[in-house]
Amino acid sequence: MPAAPLLALHGVCKRFGVVDVLTDIELELHAGQVLALLGDNGAGKSTLVKVISGVAPADKGTIEWEGRPVHIRRPHDARSLGIATVYQDLALCGNLDVVGNLFLGREIRRFGFLDEVEMERRSRHLLEGLTRGIPDLRGPVVSLSSGQRQTVAIARSLLGEPRVLLLDEPTAALGIEQTTEVLDLVDRLRDRGLGVLLISHNLGDVKALADRAAVLRLGRNNGFFDVNTASQEQIISSITGATENVPRRMAHQEAGW
Amino acid sequence: MADHTRAESSAPTAEAPRPHRMRAVTQALDGCTAVFRHKLRAGELGSLPVILVLAVVWITFQSLNANFLSPRNLSNLSVDIVGTGLIAVGIVFVLLLGELDLSVGSISGLAAAVFAVLNVNQGVPEWLALIVAVLTGTLAGTIQGFSFARIRVPAFVVTLAGLLTWNGVMLAILGTSGTVNLDENGIVAKLTSYYFTNHAAAYGLAALGTGMVFVGSYLERRRRKGVGMPYRSLRGIAARTAVLAVITFAAAYVLNRFQGLPLALLIFLVVVAGLDIVLRRTHYGRQVYALGGGVEAARRASLSVLRVQTAVLAVSGTMAALGGLFLASRITSVSQGSGSGPLLVNAIAAAVIGGTSLFGGRGTTWSAVLGILVIQSIASGMALTDTPTAVQLVITGGVLFAAVVIDSLSRRSQEAHGRA
Repeated sequence: MPAAPLLALHGVCKRFGVVDVLTDIELELHAGQVLALLGDNGAGKSTLVKVISGVAPADKGTIEWEGRPVHIRRPHDARSLGIATVYQDLALCGNLDVVGNLFLGREIRRFGFLDEVEMERRSRHLLEGLTRGIPDLRGPVVSLSSGQRQTVAIARSLLGEPRVLLLDEPTAALGIEQTTEVLDLVDRLRDRGLGVLLISHNLGDVKALADRAAVLRLGRNNGFFDVNTASQEQIISSITGATENVPRRMAHQEAGW
Repeated sequence: MADHTRAESSAPTAEAPRPHRMRAVTQALDGCTAVFRHKLRAGELGSLPVILVLAVVWITFQSLNANFLSPRNLSNLSVDIVGTGLIAVGIVFVLLLGELDLSVGSISGLAAAVFAVLNVNQGVPEWLALIVAVLTGTLAGTIQGFSFARIRVPAFVVTLAGLLTWNGVMLAILGTSGTVNLDENGIVAKLTSYYFTNHAAAYGLAALGTGMVFVGSYLERRRRKGVGMPYRSLRGIAARTAVLAVITFAAAYVLNRFQGLPLALLIFLVVVAGLDIVLRRTHYGRQVYALGGGVEAARRASLSVLRVQTAVLAVSGTMAALGGLFLASRITSVSQGSGSGPLLVNAIAAAVIGGTSLFGGRGTTWSAVLGILVIQSIASGMALTDTPTAVQLVITGGVLFAAVVIDSLSRRSQEAHGRA
C-alpha cells in the first residue's frame, strides 16, 4: 500500500462574495515530488495557494495531512504543519533589511532582545547555500533586484524546515541564469524529500522539473498529467479548455435549468 | 541600524600605499562624497537634513539676537521641547505604521484635566492622580487602537472621532470652573521646574550615555569578530563615540552654566532612548516596522496585526497623556484650552520634520527630538526677535513642507534604486 500523500485536498471550494473562485478541487502532493499547478490567468491557482497556506481559508472541503484531516484557518496553522509559501508578490517588507525579512515572525532573541548578530550569521549561512551573489544583508529589501528578492523569499520559506513548499510563479520575474538557479534549488529540495507545489506559466520549466501536473480551469480540476508521458499539446489544450470536461459541465448546467 | 555593516566597506582602503598626504586627503574626501552620493541616491539620508536645518535656524537667530544661544535660552528651550516632544514620540510609533493619530492633543488635555480635578478638586494623592491620568491616556489610545484595527479603517478617522470625544470628556470633567491651578510645589509642577544644580548630574548623564553607546558597539564588534562576521573598525567606533561625546558634553556644559540638568530633559531623554531600544531591538518593535512595510506581508508572516496596531495607538495615547502633564506642569494650570491650538499639528510636524516617513516603516524616536528641537527653536527665536506669530507659522510650515518633500523623494529613489 502506498504511503498516504503528504497533502491532499478533497472537494475544496472557495467563494469571494458571489464569485465561485474554486469548486470541488482535488489535489494530492507526495513527499519528494514536484507537482506543477497549471492554468490560465484567473483559473484560481493563486487562490488555491492561499487556501493551502491559510491566508484565505477554504469555505468547504477537507484538507488531509499525511492521511488525517486538518484545519488550516490561519497562516500560522499551515506553518506549524510544515507548509511554507513563496508568494507571487513575494510578501516581503520593503523597509526591513534582508535579515529582518528572513526572520520576520520568528526572531531569535538573546536576553529578551533581538539577536541581530546570530540572525545575520544564519542568514549569511543560509543564503550562501542558495546563491552565489549574496545581497547586502543590511540594506532595505526594496533596494534589491527582483532576482535577489526572489532568493530572499525562498530562503525565508526554508528557515522553518518545511515539508511542503508552495511556489507561486517563482521564475516569472527572473532572467535565464537566475531561473536556472531557482530550478536547481527546487530540484535539490525535492531530493531532500520535500513536496513542492509549483505554479508556473512556463511549460518548459514544468517539463524540466515537475513529476506530475494538475490543470485548473475556471476554478475546477481539468485533468492530471504525468509530465514525462503527456505531450505538451495535451497539457496546453487542457489549460485552454479545448478538452474541457464537457459532459460534467453540461450536466451541471442542465441541473441549473 | 541600516548602516551597521556599511562602515567596513571603506576599511580596506587603509592598506593602500600612501603616495602623498594631499592625495590621501583628496582620496578620503572623494570617498566621503561617494558614500554621501550613494546614500543620497539610495534615499538613506536619515537625520542629516534636519541637522542642517537646525544649524541654519540656530545660526540665523544667533546673528539676529545674541541671546539666542545663551545658556539661559538654550536651557529653557530644552524644557520647552519636552511636553510636545513626548507627544511626538508617540506619533512616531503611529507614523511607523503609516497611520496618523489626530487625537493626541485632546488626550493630552484630558489627562491633564483628570489629574487636576482628582488632585486639586478631589484631594486624591498626587502620585495616584498622576498614575490615573497617564492610564486614562493609555485607555483612550487602546480603545481607539482596537476599533481601528478591528474595523480596518484608517486610524485618522477613528482618532478624528477621538479628537472630538476626548475633548468633550475633558470639558465635562473640568465642569464650569474652567481653569484649575496646580500645586506650585507638587510633583507635577516639579516635573518642569526642578533642576539638578549639581554639575556632576549633567556631566554624569553625558558620560553615561556616551559610555553606553561605546560599550554597546564594542561588545557587538567583539561578538561579530568572534563568529567571523564583518565588524566595524575600532577607529569608526571611536569616531562615532567622540562625536557623540562632544555634543553631549557641550550640552551638559551649557546647561550647567544656567541651572544645571533639567529633570524634564532627563525624563525625556530616558523615555526616548528606552522606546528607541523597544522599537529597534525587540520583537514588538520589529513587528511595528514590519506593519509599516506592508500589512499584508506582515499578516502572511503570521504577525498578530490586531494586537500590534492596538498596542501602537495605546503607546501614542500614553505618550500624549505624559506630554499633557508636562505641558500643564510648565504653566502650573489646566484650562479648557489645554491640548488645543497648534499642539497636535506641532507634534505631528515634529515627527515628520525629524525624518520619520509619512509612508510608514521608516523613522526612529530620536527624530521626534530633532524635529521638536527645530520647531521650538523657531518659536523661541521668533519670540526673542519679536517677530509676529504669522511669520513663525509660515516658516514652520515651510520647514514641514520641505521635510515632506525630502521624505517622498527619498522613498521614490529608494524604490528606483532597486530596479537598477
